[in-house]
Amino acid sequence: MDLRELSKADVEAFMLHEAELLDSWRLPEWRELLVEDCRYLVPSCDAGGGTARDTLFYIADDGFRLTERVKRMMKKTCHAEYPRSRVLHTISNVQLHETSADTARASSYFVTYRHQRGNLDTYIGRHDYLFVPQGGQLKIKEKQSTLHLEALRPHGRITLIV
Amino acid sequence: MADTGTALPNFIETDAERGSFRVNRKAYSDQAVFDAELRRVFDRCWLYLGHVSELAKPNSYVLRTIAGRPLIFSRGADDEVRAFLNICPHRGAQIARERSGSAKSFTCIYHGWSWNNKGEMIHLQGEDGFCDKFNACGEVNLLQVPRLESYRGLVFINFDENAMSLSDYLADAKDFIDIIFEQSEADMQVVGGTQEYSIRCNWKGLAENSIDIYHGPGTHPSYIDYLITATPGVIPDLANDQGRILKLGNGHGVAEYYGPWGRPIADWKSSLGEAIRPEIEAKEREIEARLGTERAERVTKRSFNLLIFPNLALLNIHAVAIRSFQPVRPNYMDAFMWMLAPADDSEAMKAARLNNFLEFLGPGGFATPDDIEALETCQIGYDVSARSEMWNEVSKGIPREDNENWMDEGHMRAFWTQWNRLMTGAEA
Repeated sequence: MDLRELSKADVEAFMLHEAELLDSWRLPEWRELLVEDCRYLVPSCDAGGGTARDTLFYIADDGFRLTERVKRMMKKTCHAEYPRSRVLHTISNVQLHETSADTARASSYFVTYRHQRGNLDTYIGRHDYLFVPQGGQLKIKEKQSTLHLEALRPHGRITLIV
Repeated sequence: MADTGTALPNFIETDAERGSFRVNRKAYSDQAVFDAELRRVFDRCWLYLGHVSELAKPNSYVLRTIAGRPLIFSRGADDEVRAFLNICPHRGAQIARERSGSAKSFTCIYHGWSWNNKGEMIHLQGEDGFCDKFNACGEVNLLQVPRLESYRGLVFINFDENAMSLSDYLADAKDFIDIIFEQSEADMQVVGGTQEYSIRCNWKGLAENSIDIYHGPGTHPSYIDYLITATPGVIPDLANDQGRILKLGNGHGVAEYYGPWGRPIADWKSSLGEAIRPEIEAKEREIEARLGTERAERVTKRSFNLLIFPNLALLNIHAVAIRSFQPVRPNYMDAFMWMLAPADDSEAMKAARLNNFLEFLGPGGFATPDDIEALETCQIGYDVSARSEMWNEVSKGIPREDNENWMDEGHMRAFWTQWNRLMTGAEA
């Protein structure tokens, strides 16, 4: 699989499928969209250009921790997300950036809604993806979701895959 | 200070026979109580503002709202740390408008008045329209918070000019703060990146939760599941007493214990990874040599959750977290978390420390969000108390008050006794 042949439509289809999985809380399937040794990052709202190695983020998972995150999110003892909140992931402004034979960078804007106990919280921002080919399929090697918010207020939490 | 006495409800009820200490839920939900609290608690206690390391150089500043007052936390050109009200003396507009930065002066966008960063007026727009004596006694200089003192670089402010010194106020909490700062001979500094969030609950819910160990098994089993997977061979022992709680004076309290997690300084466990092990073990030896065995054990191996009354928690657990929580409405608080780390952290150590912090702490961690969930559902109950008399039981440990264990609540009773004293003048 040569990622130089990737089109914007291909990555958009990937992202919409991803959103569908997340909306129905099919998280183990979502985890399969990322390689085992992946990175999943959500910077704090004032992180600026800092990296997770020198700046406090909200989420900075390696593959092991992301797998554990998904396991936790499927449990009834994940109190913040059980009973399940109602979520909806919308994607727009999809762009395919540079590609090589075995890497591709893409981005999208997200508006993700979470409704729980009468509170509708809206997470907004930008996803940045590093894709790699694996077994003839497009997979995520690294995903960073940058919140375009001043603070997690009134949300108070980021317990979904945004 | 003038405080027209609103009739406040009775906040605390005790029943010696039942062994009950109960707190009126209106303390978490009543608007009149909230309004009185801003005057009687937040205008009389030392409130955490920030750490000196957040103001690295002269002329630097950070904006912060403390108990509803917007402030400029400032290091002046003269290297002095000050706190100004970020409220224009003219018509009240916001003066400094960027979250943080460096500025030799501040100019109001409304009518162009300007001050240096010592708070002195340097430009009065349209000066010829004002009398010579208009600012003779600094009446339109930037308003400074009456008291500002620091301990180990933790800067606190007080709106009560006559308050006791910060050192006296901190009482026995100082030793615990010292334990944190003894982790390194180098200065400790706030690492970049702030976790800013909110909780749909009264601020006192988080004061309690921050020093509550009793909730561990109920709220955090999914975190413990994670820890068992991440730390093969370690079975967390939550059934047996792993520590103690202490009342530290003036409403402060602490729970100190052996936690099941690794500590970058300095208790290596496999969840931290093999790569960082030599560095952590070297720190352990350095601290032991510097402080002796007994003190080193407390600095390296013991975790603690410390509450400085009213609204600062220092969580010395997976890393050192500074957590402050601000009253916004009776049923809503703003929360902040920063990580404190030695200035001489290696790149690898800083990364390991941040990674350890996030496994548990913060709005995206595996533990904090479940605390938030519990608190938000509590507030739904508290909001009901506007029309029904309802009480919280803060009674665990009463039968053994001289020998409470790590999951008892004597330190919370001390918090509430102090709060009640400030709100009503009643003695315990």
